[in-house]
Amino acid sequence: MSQPHIDVRYVANLARLELSDEEIATFQPQLDAILGHVETLSQLDVDGIEASAHAVPVFGRMRADEPHTSLPLSAVLQNAPDQSQGQIRVPKVVADA
Amino acid sequence: MTLSSLRQQLLAGQTTSAAILSGLAGEIAARDGRTGAYLSHDLESAMAEAENVDLSLPLGGIPIAIKDNINVLGQPCTCGSRFLAENYRSPYDATVIRKLRAAGAIPFGRMNLDEFAMGSSTENSALQTTRNPHDPERIPGGSSGGPAAAVADFTAIAALGSDTGGSIRQPASHCGVVGLKPSYGRVSRYGLVAFASSLDQVGPLTRSVEDAARILQVIAGLDPLDSTSLEAPVPDYLSGLNDGVKGLRLGLPKEYFGEGIAPGVRRQVEAAVQALAAQGAEVVDISLPHTEYAVATYYVIAPAEASSNLSRFDGIRYGQRAANPADIPDLYKRSREIGFGPEVKRRIILGTYVLSSGYYDAYYSRAQKVRSLIRRDFEAAFTRVDAILSPVAPSPARKLGGASIDPLDEYLSDIFTLAPNLAGICAISVPCGVSAFDGAAALPVGLQILAPHLGEAMLLRIARAAESHE
Repeated sequence: MSQPHIDVRYVANLARLELSDEEIATFQPQLDAILGHVETLSQLDVDGIEASAHAVPVFGRMRADEPHTSLPLSAVLQNAPDQSQGQIRVPKVVADA
Repeated sequence: MTLSSLRQQLLAGQTTSAAILSGLAGEIAARDGRTGAYLSHDLESAMAEAENVDLSLPLGGIPIAIKDNINVLGQPCTCGSRFLAENYRSPYDATVIRKLRAAGAIPFGRMNLDEFAMGSSTENSALQTTRNPHDPERIPGGSSGGPAAAVADFTAIAALGSDTGGSIRQPASHCGVVGLKPSYGRVSRYGLVAFASSLDQVGPLTRSVEDAARILQVIAGLDPLDSTSLEAPVPDYLSGLNDGVKGLRLGLPKEYFGEGIAPGVRRQVEAAVQALAAQGAEVVDISLPHTEYAVATYYVIAPAEASSNLSRFDGIRYGQRAANPADIPDLYKRSREIGFGPEVKRRIILGTYVLSSGYYDAYYSRAQKVRSLIRRDFEAAFTRVDAILSPVAPSPARKLGGASIDPLDEYLSDIFTLAPNLAGICAISVPCGVSAFDGAAALPVGLQILAPHLGEAMLLRIARAAESHE
């Protein structure tokens, strides 16, 4: 692989992250250096090796299907930055017809 | 004063939970202005809990300091981030907190950390600088720098931290206290703010190995609210604590004793190894051949998981929300811009990149395969030895450096603590003396002990033997 390079502004947009020009200038060489180190992984032959998503093979275990009490609405809403009529208020999502 | 000795005093009627709490409040007022381990504490509510505490319970009457990424009902949970610094109060108790309360302990104090537990110095906290009690010009380590510094500074008796790649063990080593990372699945993470979900574990920071065992005994076990917690029975961690190391086989991985280790760290760790040998352990050389790939593997997997986990911080349901957003994407982007600090942003970008179309196989998928190789290294080693010994960190605590620290250099210093998280095994840091370093006369050094998955009883037994030497 050639020297890796991240298009920081493009990836930040994918991550819904606004960045200043100064931040991009700072992050660019740092992230390229980190990816350069990550390239050491390409030295290894991993053909036929299973991927470990977890350290312990326990997957999708379900808990008992029993009803239990949820948090009261007031507890859920107490941290909402903006709310109205027992709901979280956000900017308009659907455009006018 | 250890948790265990305070428990004896409480049971003998020589002190009260309220007296312990007011004592701590005095210590905090006297010293925490300098150390900066506490982000906040609520003495009034703790005192109210102390009045009704049942001393007959395993941790009855003992205040325990909590890293500020673990939810405690009604208390702040800032994660060291501007995102949650104002107006957030936990609407529920994390499972570890519920279990501590059921055992009679009192959660007391919110402890500083690297923002969202991302870092090794606590300098990434957006809220406060925490200093090493042994030298205020130095870092306490991280990300559980607040918990470690407070336990070392005698402003807390014991603490809970979280460890994703060394965040309990490395600050414990730098501050001269005991820090235990349980095996993956041993302790519930419900109510711990998620960083990297295949790596995160909650564990204790304490002044003795026995104290760590007492806390693990209480917080371990299956939790229906965390599907990764395991059904395996929780053994008695105290009964075999003093069984010693006679006849045990302990491995020294050559990759953990190579170049780049400060001479004083090498000397202290080797002395600790010799002391265990003198107590009857057989010390053998082993190899963990994929060690050199641990940093690269970790810094693909952990940021990838973090970028996903931190997408919940979008300014909608809690935390920071940007003013006057033009539309929803603008609200997300600007709320995250003002809410997150530089290290969190770096890791979100890195994680998003390695998961993005066209790069997923080259980075994320490959890292997961190398993770299997790292795990196999440990599995092979544990067919030959009962436990593995190593340094916790290549050097003692460095000086506070702020923004001048290069991120990759900082990541590389995590080399000895990352692999146990990738492999899911249990690990502990035990103080093994002090060393001169970089102009300081005497800084704490930690011995790392690694044991197989769910091998905490063995781990604690060896740690107790190492501690009795120290």
